[in-house]
Amino acid sequence: MLKISREEIIDGKFERVLNFFRSRSLWMLYYCTGCGAVELPPTMTSRFDMERFGISPMATPRQADILLVTGYVSVKTLKRIVYSYEQMPEPKWVVGFGSCPVNGGIYWNSYATINQLDKYIPVDISIPGCMPRPQAVIDGLLSLMDSIKKGEAVGYKKYQMNNEWYKKNQREILERTKPVLGGKK
Amino acid sequence: MMEVLNVIGYSFFAMAAGLLYMGIGRKVAARLHRRYGPPVWQCYIDVVKCFSRKSISHNFIMDLGSMMGLSGLLGAAMFIPIAGFLPFPSQGPIIVILYLMPIGYLGMAMGVSASGNPLTAIGIGRALTLMIGYEVPFATIVLSFIAAYSSTSLVSLQAAQAGGFANWHMATMPFGFVAALIALMGMLGKKPFDTMIAPSEIASGPMVELSGKFLGLAFLQHATAIFVETGLFVLLFLGGGSNFLEFIAKQAAVYIVMSSLSELWARYRVEQATKFLWISAGSLALVQLVINMIIGRK
Repeated sequence: MLKISREEIIDGKFERVLNFFRSRSLWMLYYCTGCGAVELPPTMTSRFDMERFGISPMATPRQADILLVTGYVSVKTLKRIVYSYEQMPEPKWVVGFGSCPVNGGIYWNSYATINQLDKYIPVDISIPGCMPRPQAVIDGLLSLMDSIKKGEAVGYKKYQMNNEWYKKNQREILERTKPVLGGKK
Repeated sequence: MMEVLNVIGYSFFAMAAGLLYMGIGRKVAARLHRRYGPPVWQCYIDVVKCFSRKSISHNFIMDLGSMMGLSGLLGAAMFIPIAGFLPFPSQGPIIVILYLMPIGYLGMAMGVSASGNPLTAIGIGRALTLMIGYEVPFATIVLSFIAAYSSTSLVSLQAAQAGGFANWHMATMPFGFVAALIALMGMLGKKPFDTMIAPSEIASGPMVELSGKFLGLAFLQHATAIFVETGLFVLLFLGGGSNFLEFIAKQAAVYIVMSSLSELWARYRVEQATKFLWISAGSLALVQLVINMIIGRK
């Protein structure tokens, strides 16, 4: 299990000054794995206007602060998500978007998807719903901003400190050779 | 000693002013989309955040290139007189500014292509091709000023426009003004000419591999570029500024016009952009040059 809890590694005083700036300017990389991506254009454009909180889309993992995993995660995409996540410079945060990254959603018993994203990369906030409306997305991102400001969103530190645990979980899925449904290979 | 302080202060001022114009431009663009838009000081927050992040350097050339890009443009900013003020005594020579400005882009090109990402190579190729596109009309405009005044000093060109709107080069050299407006659009990388950034096509081109502090430096470089280019435009065509605030207001007005026009058009391909710049802006600038040569020296 995880060795360190979130409360033990909250940011110090100096970091919190910088955290104010970090929370007011979130650049996001959205990994469009599933249907959730269709809710992002209305969130960004005129009706709901994400940019007034300083949240704007960015093109590559190097520039991004938050990684949005929008929808179910199949085994193949998990590898790419881990690559993208590890390419992002710190501090970085992950938003699980919709019910699929929380518990598998309607794909919970599928052989091709994973059920809990939090076991493979540290998710800072989850926005449940199938799909979450733009209001819910903005609400979720605002509470992420709040926890960044307080220095409580420290998923990236958890990933560093418990790297072995996360890597073990990733290997279990990515290097799986036995057929899941028990057929002959 | 005083001059050193002046240079440092002026550099910070140029970057801060550029960031302010960027923020205003974002707000104006948002209002045109019928959005509320980010606050005007959003760009300052972005820069502080960029510098507070960890960054990934690929090699020494990348560090050197990023610094060279910023310092080249700051060097160009040193020759832009604001209401007669220059950080150290000079006459604001346009030739030196034209010489120093490409150093900024070349530094950027060297720095980002050292990262080895193929998308940066495409982006830089596009940026430098576009530079050929706007440098030719702009150099022709500078030549037309030389034909009219036999001087390349920004201070004396500003003095020649004193005494109201009728004396501004915007009114006395209308063809050159339009040509410079189009060339400025290309310089600032605004919408019809934003082929080098193109986030949906080549993943923001030169900035693909820039993280943390490098992205912050790129932001500051863009801010300085905005300051230099709009400043040059204000000094050449809009009569400069008799005081500090007037100059700033004119620069901001130019940038607001640019970012509003930017919302009108879709993106040109790079060869279309170069062709458009040469044919429209280049021919207008040539017409102005011929007119100035016929009228003769003032």
